[in-house]
Amino acid sequence: MGGYAFYVWTSYGITFAVLLALIVTSIRQRRNVIARVRRALRREALQQNR
Amino acid sequence: MFKAIWNWIQTFSSPKHFYPMAGRLIPWFAVASLLLMVWGLYLGLFVAPPDYQQGESYRIIYIHVPAAWMSLFVYVVMAVSAAIGLIWQIRLADMVAAASAPIGAAFTFIALVTGALWGKPMWGTYWVWDARLTSELILLFLYLGYMALQSAIEEQRTADKASGLLAIVGVVNIPIIHYSVEWWNTLHQGATVTKFDKPSIDTSMLIPLLLMALAFKLLYAALVLVRARNEALYRDRNRRWVRELIKNLG
Repeated sequence: MGGYAFYVWTSYGITFAVLLALIVTSIRQRRNVIARVRRALRREALQQNR
Repeated sequence: MFKAIWNWIQTFSSPKHFYPMAGRLIPWFAVASLLLMVWGLYLGLFVAPPDYQQGESYRIIYIHVPAAWMSLFVYVVMAVSAAIGLIWQIRLADMVAAASAPIGAAFTFIALVTGALWGKPMWGTYWVWDARLTSELILLFLYLGYMALQSAIEEQRTADKASGLLAIVGVVNIPIIHYSVEWWNTLHQGATVTKFDKPSIDTSMLIPLLLMALAFKLLYAALVLVRARNEALYRDRNRRWVRELIKNLG
């Protein structure tokens, strides 16, 4: 990259790392919400069985 | 006919109906974004020629400029959604605003960091407190402020009102960022594309730039739908439609 390799590749690297983190956290957020609702459902089912 | 359109809007703006519709759209946006990104990066990194002044370092443009454009675009979407939520109490609008904030913050961060890494070899400095850079940094603080208010305030409606107000008031920063290079003496150069004139950039460089811009937009579309669905599930977690849905997920 004509001597600018560090700047160019670090830029691309950070960009894609951040975008990847966005994607991963969005999917994780979904899993967490679903797990949370499942837990609440289970708790209620248990309470009803009492 | 207008009644039909109004009915459609009312149906679609209920989180329960938004959820499956968004779910069908997400894969299309994601795949389209990926394809455009691959194509744009190929043209930008391997086909477009080096710049006669900056050499190869200018190639940062293909991520810096699209990210900066997105940082502004997402903020406007967020502010408009927040306004719709505040004025018409449409909860889906608040969900879209909350879903947009982290995405916009990420793009702003990318714009600032890639800008710094471009500035060091070209201007001799990572940072300068000129109007463009400073106002973009303030944009990052506005996004973080929105997210902080959402996080700090327990009652959802109050949180939405507070963060929504911040988003709306902060909109004044958007034209400031855009016109900063015209109104003030800035180190950052003036507009090349977003101006009322022919773009002053060569077509071989403009094409990959626009492809990357579109790819980033489509990525935002996919991500905001994913996150808005998460918001819908969470905020409506005690409602029947969510419980039925989760039960059916198995």
